[in-house]
Amino acid sequence: MEWFDNFWAVYSNLVLTIGINALLALSIWLTLSCGLLAMANAAFMGIGAYTASLLTMNVGAPFPVALAGGVIAPTLVALAIGGPTLRLSGVYLAMATLGFGEVVRVLILNAESFTGGALGLNGIPQQTQWWHVVLALVVVLLLLWRLRRSRIGRAFEAIKEDGVAASLMGIGVMAHKMLAFALGAAIAGLAGALNAHLTFFIGPSEFGFDRGVDILTMAILGGTSGPTGPVLGALIVTLLPELLRGFKDFRTMLNGAILVLIVLFLPKGLWDPLRFRQWFARAPRKPAPATVGER
Amino acid sequence: MLEQQLVNALSLGCVYALFALGFTLVFGVLGVINLSHGAIFMIGAYAALQAVTKLAFPLWASLIAALVIAGAFGFVIDLLILKPLRKRNAPHLIPMIATIGLAIFFNNASQGLFGAENLRFPNEVVPNEQLHFAGVQISVLELAIVLLSFALMTGLLLVMRRTQLGRALRAIAESPKAAALLGINVEGLFYLTSTVAAALGGVAGVLIALYSNAVFPLMGQPMLHKGIAVIILGGMGDIRGALLGGLFLGFAEVMSVAYIGSTMRDAVAFGLLFLVLLLRPQGMFGKVLERKA
Amino acid sequence: MLKLTQVSKRFGGLSVLQDVSFDVPAGSVFGLIGPNGAGKTTVFNLITGLLAPSGGTIEFDGRSLVGVAPHQITRRGLGRTFQNIRIFKEMSLLENVVVGMHAHLTYGVPALLFSLPGFRAQERASHAKALELLSWVGLDHKASDVADNLSYGDQRKLELARALATEPRLLLLDEPVAGMNSGEKVELMALIQRIAQRGYTIFMIEHDMRFVMGLCQRIAVLNFGRIIAEGTPAEIQSNPAVIEAYLGREDDEAIAEGAR
Repeated sequence: MEWFDNFWAVYSNLVLTIGINALLALSIWLTLSCGLLAMANAAFMGIGAYTASLLTMNVGAPFPVALAGGVIAPTLVALAIGGPTLRLSGVYLAMATLGFGEVVRVLILNAESFTGGALGLNGIPQQTQWWHVVLALVVVLLLLWRLRRSRIGRAFEAIKEDGVAASLMGIGVMAHKMLAFALGAAIAGLAGALNAHLTFFIGPSEFGFDRGVDILTMAILGGTSGPTGPVLGALIVTLLPELLRGFKDFRTMLNGAILVLIVLFLPKGLWDPLRFRQWFARAPRKPAPATVGER
Repeated sequence: MLEQQLVNALSLGCVYALFALGFTLVFGVLGVINLSHGAIFMIGAYAALQAVTKLAFPLWASLIAALVIAGAFGFVIDLLILKPLRKRNAPHLIPMIATIGLAIFFNNASQGLFGAENLRFPNEVVPNEQLHFAGVQISVLELAIVLLSFALMTGLLLVMRRTQLGRALRAIAESPKAAALLGINVEGLFYLTSTVAAALGGVAGVLIALYSNAVFPLMGQPMLHKGIAVIILGGMGDIRGALLGGLFLGFAEVMSVAYIGSTMRDAVAFGLLFLVLLLRPQGMFGKVLERKA
Repeated sequence: MLKLTQVSKRFGGLSVLQDVSFDVPAGSVFGLIGPNGAGKTTVFNLITGLLAPSGGTIEFDGRSLVGVAPHQITRRGLGRTFQNIRIFKEMSLLENVVVGMHAHLTYGVPALLFSLPGFRAQERASHAKALELLSWVGLDHKASDVADNLSYGDQRKLELARALATEPRLLLLDEPVAGMNSGEKVELMALIQRIAQRGYTIFMIEHDMRFVMGLCQRIAVLNFGRIIAEGTPAEIQSNPAVIEAYLGREDDEAIAEGAR
C-alpha cells in the first residue's frame, strides 16, 4: 500500500483531471450523438466553475450546494439560448456556439467585481475528493448508458442521421435537441465545478476556444460510437502531455498533428466497435463448438 | 471626432474584410469552415517578415512573397487534407476538425521556429508619413492598406460576377455534383479556391502585421474569431457579406473603443455575432438552407 | 378522411400548386398521378407539415393540419415514406422500425433510468412488434443487418415497415416502387393490397400506370400544380385532359418520326 500512497501523492491531481476531462468529453459526446456540434461546452464549464466557486467563496455554501449551483447555472443558460440557437444546423450551429463561448469568456473577463477579471479567482477551497469525481463519472456514465438503450437514445440517433425523417416518426426534434444540449451543459458545468475546487484557481482564459478544442479532440480521438470512446480519449489527451514531456515545446504541435491524423485515418476514433468486429471476423476460425445452438 | 474614427475604422475594416473574404470563399465553394485560415494569415505575416529581414526584399516584394507562400500552404492543405476528406464524403464537421488540428500544429510550429515574442518589421521599411485632408489624418500605411484591400476585393468581385470562372465557382457553390455534370472541373477549382483564399489571408496577415506592428505565433487566433463573426454577420459564403461585414465590424470596434473602452472590444464582435445568430442567422446576405450535394 | 380544399403553394413568385382540392375516403387506396414536376411531392410535404400552404385548408378527420408540427401530425395518425428513401442507414433494420414506434412508447425518465418493469415490458413489446412488421414485408431474416447494406428494393420495403410502425391510419407513399424491377413491383403491389385489406387507408404518388391503375380505387391527376381530373381508374384513363397531359409527348414523337 505504500507504493500506492506514493503514487497517489504524486499523481492524484493527474488522475482526478483525467476523470474531469472524461466528464467533459462525455458532455460533448452527448450533443454529438444527437447530431449537434455545439462548441459551447467549454463556456458551460466556465459558468459552472465560476458559479460553484463564487458560492463557496462568497456565500460559504457547503460543497454539495456549490456543485448543484455549478450544474444548474449552465443548464439554465443552455435552456435560454437553446431555443434560437438549436434551430441552426451543422456549421451554423458550430459557429454560433463558438461565438457564444467567446462572448461568455469576454463577459467573465469584464465582470471584474464578480469574477476577478483577467486575474481570475484564487484560493478556491480544495474540496474535491477522489470519490466526488468517481461518483460523478459513474452517475453520468450510467445515465448516458440508460438513455442510449431507451427511446430517447434512439431518437437522438435518428435525429443525427436525418432530422426530417425523425420528425415524421413522431419524434419531437427540437425537444430532444434541447435535452441533449441542456444535459451536456449540466455535465460540463459539473466538471467545471469539480475542477475549480481541485485546482483552487480559475481564470477566463481556461474556458475559451482552446479548451473547447481540447474537449472536442478527446471525444473525436476516443471515438464517438459510444460512451467508452470519450473516456478513452480523455485518458489519452490528458496523459499525452505528461508522456511527451521530453518533447517540450513540440507537445502541442503533436496534439494538432494527432487530431489531423485521426480525422484522416481513423474517422470514427480509436474506440470503434464496428471496426473491432471486422477485425475479429477476419481472425482464423476456431473449431465449431461441441454443442449446437451455442452463441 | 467622428470623421477621424471613420477613417481609422476603414483600414481596420478592410483588413477584416480581406481576411473574411478568404474564409468565406472556402466556405462558399468548398463547403468547409477552414479554421486554419488564421494560421495561414500568420504564415503570411512571418513570410513577409523573413523576406524583409533575411532576404532584404522591399516591402512590396515581401507582400508578393507572403501571397505566394500562403497560397502554397493553402494548396498543400487542400491537396493533402481536404481532398481525401472530400473523396470520403465526410460530413462537414470533419474537415473543420482537421483544420483545427492544422491550426494548432502550425501555430506551435511557428512558436518553436521563431519564438513566442512579438517581432516587428524594421522601422525603415514601414512607411509612416501622415497625410492630411478634409480635417482628418491618415497614414500612408493605412491608405495603402485601404487601396490594396479594395483593389483585391474589387478584383475578386469582378471575377465572380463577370467571368466564366466566377460563374463556374458560383455553380459549384450551389451544387458541386450539378456543376460537375455541366463539365466544370470541380476538383481543379477547389484547388484554385483554396489557394486564392489562402493567398488573400496571407496578404491580410502582412497588412495587420504592419498596421499593429506585431508579428507573433498566435496572431491568427483572434483574427479567426473576428473572421467568424464577420462571415456570420455578412452571411456565410457571400462575398459582399464578407466585405460589408468586415467594414461594419471594423467600424463597430473602433466606435466601441472610442466611446466605451478598449476592454470590451472583443466582446463587440461576439456580441454582434450572437445577436445576429439569434435574430437573423443567415446574416445580411446568406441563405439559411444548406446547399445540396 | 383526408380533405384538401383549394390548397395553393407559392415559393416567392413561383406558384407550384393552385386550387388543389380532393378527398381521400377512409379505407380506400387513393392515387395521385401527374407528369414530373407537377407538384405531387409538394402536396405530401404540405400534408405532413414540412411546408406551410400559401392558401386553402388541409383537414384530417375534420381537424386542420395547417400549422401543426410534423411530429404532431404523425402522432395524429399519418405515416409517410419518401421518394428518395430516408431510412436511418447506420442503424439495423430492427432499430429503424423501432424508431417508428417512438410516439407509442410512454415510459418516462425514471422508468428508463432504473429499468423499471414498465420500461422493460414496453421495450420488449416494441421489439417484437417491429420484428412482426419486418415479417410483413419479408425482411425479418435480416432484422439485425445494417440498413445501409440493403438492396434498393429492400430499402423501400424497410421504409414501409417503419412507416407502419408509427401506427398510422393513413399511409402516404411517395413513389413506393420507383427504381424497382418488375418482379419487385409485383411483390410490392401484393404487399400494399394486403396492408389495405388490414384497414389502412393508403394515399400514394406514383408514375407507374399499371401499378396505380391496378391498386387504386380513386385517382387524382395533377398537372402544372392543378388538379385536372379525379375519378376511378377507368374514368381517368379515358379522360381527354389526362391523355393530353401525359401522352402529348407521344404525339410530338410521332410527328418527329413522320418528319424523318
